[in-house]
Amino acid sequence: MTSSEARLRYVLRLADTSLVLGQRLGEWVGHAPALEEDLALANIALDLIGQARLLLSYAGEIEGRGRDEDALAFLRDAPEFCNVSLAEQPNGDFGRTIVRQFLLDAWQVELYEALSSSADARLAAIAAKAVKETRYHLRFSAGWLVRLGDGTAESHARVAQALDALWRFTDELLTPDALDEEIAAAGIGPSLPGLRARWEARVGAVLQEATLKLPAASRYPWHGKRGVHSEHLGHMLAEMQHLPRTFPGVTW
Amino acid sequence: MVNERVWQALRSVMDPEIPVLSVLDLGVVRYVRDDGGQVRVGITPTYSGCPATEVIQRSIEEALAREDLDPVIVETVLSPPWTSEWLSEEGRRKLQAFGIAAPTARTASSVACPHCGSHHVERVSEFGSTPCKAHYRCVDCLEPFDVFKCI
Repeated sequence: MTSSEARLRYVLRLADTSLVLGQRLGEWVGHAPALEEDLALANIALDLIGQARLLLSYAGEIEGRGRDEDALAFLRDAPEFCNVSLAEQPNGDFGRTIVRQFLLDAWQVELYEALSSSADARLAAIAAKAVKETRYHLRFSAGWLVRLGDGTAESHARVAQALDALWRFTDELLTPDALDEEIAAAGIGPSLPGLRARWEARVGAVLQEATLKLPAASRYPWHGKRGVHSEHLGHMLAEMQHLPRTFPGVTW
Repeated sequence: MVNERVWQALRSVMDPEIPVLSVLDLGVVRYVRDDGGQVRVGITPTYSGCPATEVIQRSIEEALAREDLDPVIVETVLSPPWTSEWLSEEGRRKLQAFGIAAPTARTASSVACPHCGSHHVERVSEFGSTPCKAHYRCVDCLEPFDVFKCI
């Protein structure tokens, strides 16, 4: 029997990863290289924030202290956020955003597919819905990664560099800590070693098509999911949370 | 029967983004249930982040209040997840007439241009003006158009 504290922390990991990634993609609105890409990134951001809302509402119910999705999104500080560190990394150029998106889309597709049969019925329902959306996201990011990797010398160099820079954050997605193990043992979440094999196969196939080399493994232990973040998250939250913190209870 | 009056009232509640489709055409109403005198309407979102969901919920409450059918509880159900297969036959015809190609299969060749009927079309982007639509172009009449995504 898992404690409700463990369940809460786990749901917050899922929720915060989607929220932070959605907020990052939202920074592209009005700035993407072409109108179609602007719309696509905004659509993906909307899906991610929608998923985050469902998950945060659930987290608030598990916690049982009256915090709703808005209180959890806008009134927590960086150390209370449980997103994986990769999600909070800055957008960089379009190629870097695509690399970050692809690595996370491939992970979320595997994660949500597994969670669709979670012992937690609410999580299973949210995941079954989210996985359909996430498959669209993955087709978009994988398609762009192949175009850029197998594109010009310039586009190849840029995504290759982004891949090298971001690869060190992927180990956190795939290496279980005590909470991941407890959640997997309870049948709520997937076993991460099994998920790692499927993720690596999926990612490897696309990188090959994109003529990109798989970077060397990096085991530096990032701990975003435990609330230890890179400096970037605080800056991002300052912008995201500014309005509701300055004007408490503000509505449209 | 209260339930039948509720179903009847729901026919006039339109999707705010695609105003030719009623919530019944869209397949988002999952049940109308009389729970010991308390009527409950279950609706499901098309996409997790679709902003129309909250508008639809309010529109349903207002429509039922106009018919003196309140208080009715409108609740969200997530499982099973909405699929474009729940779009009614009538809804598909209305979409096509409105200039949005109805969802068919996942292949571009089965999409028909809503302007000239040609199947000679190409996909511009899988993401369009709302979460539920993709962006296409007809190679014969050269018009751009939206396609309701298959999900």
